[in-house]
Amino acid sequence: MMEKMVFGRYLPLDSVVHRLDPRAKLLFIFVYVAIVFLANNVFTYGLLLLFTFLAIFLSKINIRFLIIGLKPLLWIIIFTFSLHLFLTKEGDLLWKAGWIEIYEGGLQQGAFISLRFLLLIFMTSLLTLTTSPISITDGLESLLKPFKKMKLPVHELALMMSISLRFIPTLMDETEKIMKAQMARGADFSSGPIKERVKAIVPLLIPLFVSAFKRAEDLATAMEARGYRGGEGRTKYRLLQWTMKDTILLLVLLILAVVLFYLRS
Amino acid sequence: MDIQLQEVEYRYAAGTPFEHKALHNVSFTIPSGTYLAIIGHTGSGKSTILQHLNALLQPTNGQVHIGDRIVSSEKKEKNLKDVRKRVGIVFQFPEHQLFEETVEKDICYGPMNFGVSEEEAKQRAKQVIRQVGLSEEILNKSPFDLSGGQMRRVAIAGVLAMEPEVIVLDEPTAGLDPRGRKEMMKMFATLHKERNLSTILVTHSMEDAALYADEMVIMHQGEVYQKGKPRELFSKREELFQLGLSVPEVVRFQHRFEEESGIKLEKTCLTMDELVEQLQLVHKRGEGR
Repeated sequence: MMEKMVFGRYLPLDSVVHRLDPRAKLLFIFVYVAIVFLANNVFTYGLLLLFTFLAIFLSKINIRFLIIGLKPLLWIIIFTFSLHLFLTKEGDLLWKAGWIEIYEGGLQQGAFISLRFLLLIFMTSLLTLTTSPISITDGLESLLKPFKKMKLPVHELALMMSISLRFIPTLMDETEKIMKAQMARGADFSSGPIKERVKAIVPLLIPLFVSAFKRAEDLATAMEARGYRGGEGRTKYRLLQWTMKDTILLLVLLILAVVLFYLRS
Repeated sequence: MDIQLQEVEYRYAAGTPFEHKALHNVSFTIPSGTYLAIIGHTGSGKSTILQHLNALLQPTNGQVHIGDRIVSSEKKEKNLKDVRKRVGIVFQFPEHQLFEETVEKDICYGPMNFGVSEEEAKQRAKQVIRQVGLSEEILNKSPFDLSGGQMRRVAIAGVLAMEPEVIVLDEPTAGLDPRGRKEMMKMFATLHKERNLSTILVTHSMEDAALYADEMVIMHQGEVYQKGKPRELFSKREELFQLGLSVPEVVRFQHRFEEESGIKLEKTCLTMDELVEQLQLVHKRGEGR
């Protein structure tokens, strides 16, 4: 059930994209998300599309797998597309049946907005698919360092993030286990009226919370026993290394942004 | 109720890069009233098999016959409650599944899901709590105030209260102290005899398998490596070692004895009593010094 989810998972392969520095990738995504909104005509969208597919190709991730995995998000895209299609009334009237009117502008807007969605989803999933959660947190911690001066508890945030990321799969496994155990005792999670279904979740949630509390306690004890005293004066085991590739990535991004800016209408 | 697996194959996350084949061509039958032990190395597919026995997992190929129900890959099964009612599973570390305010309510949860009335369920709770070796006072306590061992017993009581015809145990004694372990295994053996249950035990303890099981299945890398009586299988010591498994202490002792004294015992002994008997026989015949 959850094993089919692709969004937010890490796929350990060996590719150029995998070997990039997480800081570079995070910066890239940050800027990319912003420049996607620059695009507003066929050329700019075409360029972005091309660029995104090039990135997917370089990451060696099977594009079919990526598309299948994003099926749950397809509904949002279809929804926004049809919203634009039926509600935007610009340009020439293309088709009319009863009260349904479809305008050229609506069609174009809808297509562009869905494309924008698609581009964003593809690129962000590419980030999580090619970067292990641990290196994402390392990258974030390093990028957030300047904010330490503004009293932002960067180390604590990064620690919390890496612990939560680490425990997502564990908690997922546990959820599935408890679900199965309750199903074996006659619980029914997938049918019946909504009220019954909400009720059926209690036997799943309570054990999950209880074990999460217990786990937190055990983990805190284990960390203290190993001499953890907070972020002050710690050294790092995993060192991030900025290489030529990363500089090139950011340069390419800069060029892309400039080209987009000139091509937009 | 007979359970029959026919060429069952199971793949996790089928159709994704995470695909993993956990079972391959698994076929065996569990006739009504058998005590079957499934042993195998970690990751050999034992727990995956268990989940097929009450249709928590549907095979990706092949069929599972549970009583008169047939679960196969073709159609999505609906209304599996009757199957789940008849096959009770005690998962590993079942204490994690407790959730109600009181022990009594938690035990009643299973039976009431299967349509048993509240009074009847409470009646059953009183009965099973004694069967698992706890006193009735505990029924009004919160399950989260209990010790680990007691929680385990309450969880098991919750499954027993469903009065299943087949009980499936996934390492029920993992993490218990030796005494708790012995008591629990004895309890299951008694239940097995008294209620004429089919019992399926997944275990890493060769001792338990030797002591209690009538039949044994050895799993290896998602396939049935061998099936047979414990006595037969444990006499093939070398093969088991090669699979990363071991034999009960008694068998190991017997082997050392045979090697060093040159005397062959008449049969592979599975319990201490059998071994003592055999050694006395040897002594009487005046062999050895």
